[in-house]
Amino acid sequence: MNQPASNAATAEAAQYLSVNLGNEEYGVDILAVREIRGWTAVTRIPQAPPYVLGVLNLRGAIVPVLDLRLRFGLAREEYTATTVCVIVTVAGRQFGVVVDAVSDVVEVAPDGVRPVPDMGTTVDTEYLKGLTSVGERMVLLLDVDRLLQPQDAQMLDAALAAQETKAVA
Amino acid sequence: MSKVDLAQFHKAFHEESLDGLDAMEQALLALDEGAEDPELINVVFRAAHSIKGGAATFGFNDVAAFTHVAENLMDEVRSGRRPMEKAVVELLLRSGDIIRDMLSLQMAGQPGATTESQTLLAELSAMVSGGTAAPVAAKAAAPAEAVEGWDIAFRPFDYLLKTGNDPARMFRELEALGPLTTTVDASKLPALADMDPTASYLAYTLRLDAGAKRAAVEGVFDWVDGDCDLAVTPRLAAAPASAPAPVVPVAASAAPRAVREVATSSEASSVRVGIEKIDMLINLVGELVITQAMLTQFDDGVDASQLEMFRHGLAQLGRHTRELQESVMSIRMLPISTVFNRFPRLVRDLAQKLDKKVVLDLRGETTELDKTVLEKIGDPLVHLVRNAIDHGLEGPAKRTAAGKSDTGTLRMEAFHRGGSIVVEVGDDGAGLNRDAIVAKAIQRGIIASGEGMSDDAVAELIFEAGFSTAAATTDLSGRGVGMDVVRRNVMDLGGTVSIRSVYGKGTTFTITLPLTLAIIDGLTAAVGSETYIVPLVSIVESVQVKADAVRSVVGGGELFRFRDEWLPIVRLFDVFGCEGERRAIQDGIVIVVEGEGTRIGLFADELIGQQQAVVKSLEANYRRVVGISGATILADGSVALITDIAGLVRLQARRKAA
Repeated sequence: MNQPASNAATAEAAQYLSVNLGNEEYGVDILAVREIRGWTAVTRIPQAPPYVLGVLNLRGAIVPVLDLRLRFGLAREEYTATTVCVIVTVAGRQFGVVVDAVSDVVEVAPDGVRPVPDMGTTVDTEYLKGLTSVGERMVLLLDVDRLLQPQDAQMLDAALAAQETKAVA
Repeated sequence: MSKVDLAQFHKAFHEESLDGLDAMEQALLALDEGAEDPELINVVFRAAHSIKGGAATFGFNDVAAFTHVAENLMDEVRSGRRPMEKAVVELLLRSGDIIRDMLSLQMAGQPGATTESQTLLAELSAMVSGGTAAPVAAKAAAPAEAVEGWDIAFRPFDYLLKTGNDPARMFRELEALGPLTTTVDASKLPALADMDPTASYLAYTLRLDAGAKRAAVEGVFDWVDGDCDLAVTPRLAAAPASAPAPVVPVAASAAPRAVREVATSSEASSVRVGIEKIDMLINLVGELVITQAMLTQFDDGVDASQLEMFRHGLAQLGRHTRELQESVMSIRMLPISTVFNRFPRLVRDLAQKLDKKVVLDLRGETTELDKTVLEKIGDPLVHLVRNAIDHGLEGPAKRTAAGKSDTGTLRMEAFHRGGSIVVEVGDDGAGLNRDAIVAKAIQRGIIASGEGMSDDAVAELIFEAGFSTAAATTDLSGRGVGMDVVRRNVMDLGGTVSIRSVYGKGTTFTITLPLTLAIIDGLTAAVGSETYIVPLVSIVESVQVKADAVRSVVGGGELFRFRDEWLPIVRLFDVFGCEGERRAIQDGIVIVVEGEGTRIGLFADELIGQQQAVVKSLEANYRRVVGISGATILADGSVALITDIAGLVRLQARRKAA
């Protein structure tokens, strides 16, 4: 999924959707973004990790939604009218990511991406592709591919397994 | 010529070949029963020929080589040089099986040749060259043994390429027969400016150094018959040659029986849809667009004068949506004959093996069933048929002694009843022996005594796990894992199976299946703010339970009294980890459900109502969840989860074991 973006990046600037999370600004590869929705209530699913809020109906498809705040261990925000759910497609699977707000689309030149120094951002650096600066702002580029996979897939599997062994034990 | 990726056609070729093999098998079975229709022989021949051609095109050389020899045998029958004997039919039936296996192997990228195919190939070759039957009318080239090789002069007419034939492909096929030397005569080639790139200007002289049969050599050119000048002349050996059988290149590695696994893994499915069904859909979508256009004029609101028209439009929209849904569902529906077709062969083989005379009576083959149901109903049916022939139907001697005709009848019938499909498998055999079943059930500890049990209740016992009345375990059935598996498979499909038996007269199994798995009937149950769907087929009853009817057991479990049984209570808010509104047992409702033969009570806040649910996959974007089989979308657009009763029963059993 990320492939076309990085290919394009070598030739021209890549575009990122910048979203807010607390005081930080993150960039989501715009080629992975399917749509941006307002917050709607979701249906809880059993045996899910806390940051998976549930599933919603996206024109007939059942799509899981995860809260980026909970995902990265921030305190949960109230879901308000400005809370936004960004639907992304990664490796053929769709999921929604709940963020505080969406600000704009930033262009990032290939040489504008710098490695992330280990400096205690909220997000674990392994989920970051790099950082870039837009004017005075700093945008951390999220590696969407890794948000739900494979670590999360493993975690979900572990949660499932735990559930089953708990039932057995 | 640009290189086309042929792999994209592999799947289509595979499916077509399987269809061809099915047709071939049916024709062979008809021939076996003494039908004398030359068209049947043609059907067999055509099927083999297409498979051979396709296999060679796609480079499945093992299949091509094998089919080629089988085709030669059929050609001898077709041209009247060999009578259609039992032995030939038998050999060809087995060839069909082998080709099917080889195709699966080659589709999976493995060499198609196995030890089995090589053995059978040798048998086929032996019959073709020499063989048991004397050639009826020897052709000019009858003493094929003396031929050392062939000289072939092949001059395609200029339009040959436009007919879709490719000389290079034919030469490759010839090469499979033996070493081939090709000489090209390019004298007709015009100057580049005058050349038509789609025309064929070349002529070829081919020299085949193998004593293949004339039919084999000419067979390669079958498709271009009339589109070329062709002269095939044998080069006779100076001395009587050492009768070389058609040389077949066979990869030495003998793949063991990985065939079945390969077949299931490559099952990724497609459906062939009749053009009229698609036309119907296009029509309906057209209507829908018109209705939608009509409704858009009410964008700015409806005033009283337009109300009637608006209502009319809405009604139309409703009707079209319903019709469209039905139409789309019908695409998934296939006639049950796709499953029934395998049974004539199975019955024939089994009857032969057990020395019984059986006539198979297939009815209602055009009854349509959902493709997913069809795929899964095959195994249970095979089990029932095996059982019927093995245990149900008696041998000819016994039948005559019982005053019945010596040939048993096995009836398989499919039909609609209400919103379900019913499939019956009935035999006119010995019927169930009540005493034997009761004795066995007592011995196995399933029941304490058979007294007071109705015949139906006794018959039901054979569905219990570990039950089998076969005195001796046979190769066919009687391993004691029979009927309970059948019942479970059918229940997994949301269906039921029942049995009707008269001692001495026969047994009939009735399988009732839902029309489709894509839509289920369910009860909606509320638990706190969540809504869950409980499939209607699993529900026995819903009851309100008084607090004093509940007993706690060690380990935190709860049982409640339902009629004469004590059933475990599964609190949905507990297993699904949500907030239930009502915790006291008398405030909510207990839904008694049955899964895998076990009953449990599901505790929910309240029942909301009954509705049809379109089953959506949770796994497509997420993953499997224990106790949940899928999700659906409610009228308000929100998502409700569908409970997996069998999963909940298993979960409960594990808790109990803890």
